Amino acid sequence: MKRNKIFFTLIGLLLISLLASVVGCAAQGSEPLPPQPRLRVATTTSLYDTGLWGYLEPMFEKKYNVALDILSLGSGAAFQYAQRGDVDVLTIHDKPNELKFVADGYGVERVPFAYNYFLIVGPAADPAGIKRLSPEDAFKKLFETGAGSFVSRGDNSGTQSKEKAIWKNAGFDYATVEKAGAWYIESGQGMGPTLQMASQKQAYTLTDMGTYLSYKSKLELVPIVYKGSILLNVYSVIAVNPQTVKGVKIDLTNNLISFLTSPEIQKLIGNYGVKEYGLQLFTPCAGAEPTQ
Amino acid sequence: MPEIWQGLIKAIELIVTLDPEVMSIAGRSLTISVTATLLAAVICLPLGSLIHFNRFIGKRTLINLIQTFYSIPTVIVGLFVFLLFSRAGPLGGLNLLFTPAVMIIGQMILIAPILLGLTVSAFSGVDKAIPDTARSLGASDFQTVAVVLKEARFAVIAAILLAFGRAISEVGLALMVGGNIRGFTRVFTTAISLETSKGDIELSIALGIILILIALIINIVLNRLQQR
Repeated sequence: MKRNKIFFTLIGLLLISLLASVVGCAAQGSEPLPPQPRLRVATTTSLYDTGLWGYLEPMFEKKYNVALDILSLGSGAAFQYAQRGDVDVLTIHDKPNELKFVADGYGVERVPFAYNYFLIVGPAADPAGIKRLSPEDAFKKLFETGAGSFVSRGDNSGTQSKEKAIWKNAGFDYATVEKAGAWYIESGQGMGPTLQMASQKQAYTLTDMGTYLSYKSKLELVPIVYKGSILLNVYSVIAVNPQTVKGVKIDLTNNLISFLTSPEIQKLIGNYGVKEYGLQLFTPCAGAEPTQ
Repeated sequence: MPEIWQGLIKAIELIVTLDPEVMSIAGRSLTISVTATLLAAVICLPLGSLIHFNRFIGKRTLINLIQTFYSIPTVIVGLFVFLLFSRAGPLGGLNLLFTPAVMIIGQMILIAPILLGLTVSAFSGVDKAIPDTARSLGASDFQTVAVVLKEARFAVIAAILLAFGRAISEVGLALMVGGNIRGFTRVFTTAISLETSKGDIELSIALGIILILIALIINIVLNRLQQR
């Protein structure tokens, strides 16, 4: 009967798709319904898009027999999810907000584990003439001349936090900067898409070294301003505090923190990408805040 | 636009080599959306016939409301489901956030208006003489509904296909409640979104082509069955 045929076909389709996912998962070497515990990490996009997390994830999963669920988010969203208990641990680069997160009792401790530097990249022609100025002077010139466009992350991320800090250091009120003119553009997206937007518009943008290097071949942007103590970019891992937020997996999280700060993994982090890009993407700094 | 051609070549390459990551994304996307569509249909088809065949106060308003929700943005449904299942939310204890299960639930909520509304429309399109005749011949309520359903089957199947299409093609909800976790909740649409944001256009197009191919195959199969 026609109706039965359709019914059985739909069931058949469901079975085929289940079969495909089982085969696909088996081919990838993981089980379709893992009995392993799952640890949720909210990471800043720059650690994810550079591929560092993709590189470290299988090592951690194998060593501790834990499934890592890695969510790539802007720092603003990451802090939110952590406060709600939807993630167990953060890897992030937004020092002022990290300190507040710990001070408010949501985070256990801020543990730096790697660093690199921010830099301002832009078109080779350097229309605003800011090459090799200090970051604060460069921002000042951009604001005063309006001669070059600047693409901001505009997404409450760690990178945007740093951008705001530079504006503040240069003596500007950020609210004024936001309304400064058509030259100031807010992408509202992660570092990768923001870099691509800046490249398309031949504009300047603030980026971390890691993401810039891994996207460089797709971009028409060059380093413009790369010296200044304010450009230090420290990545920390923070466990969500089980006493404030119910249900987070503190034991698994502590394993992750030990893992990231262990000498073996610190060495791998330091070597990540060196062969491909000729430069360190991340410098290890287990547990200690690096000085300039 | 050479990227589209390159994307097509990449798609063929991924299919022929049975690339494991793409296979698992395909399997997962289908499992989630097919399950959501079937479960939602099982609930909404009877519910739709109840709405159609009964008279009650506010019926017209209800139908209007259902039709309004055809256009609800997927990210709004995603936000709602996220708040529901977040650990800080009412159903947080079920620990379902960022799992395929919550994506199924979310897609069911998303497509329910379409299934309900179009089922009611489908039944409305059936000549009133048919249920009247059935009843006058002594058919029970259940048998009457069955007869009308048989007459409206093409429109109902179209509704199911449309609901499936909406489920498998949406990004906002899958991203918010699934988290796009590699190997666990990554589906076609969220993968395409990620690869595009990383600038890997070729892979994005390839994934898009494979998704459309799968939808095409499903459509062809169901169509041939309709015609027999």
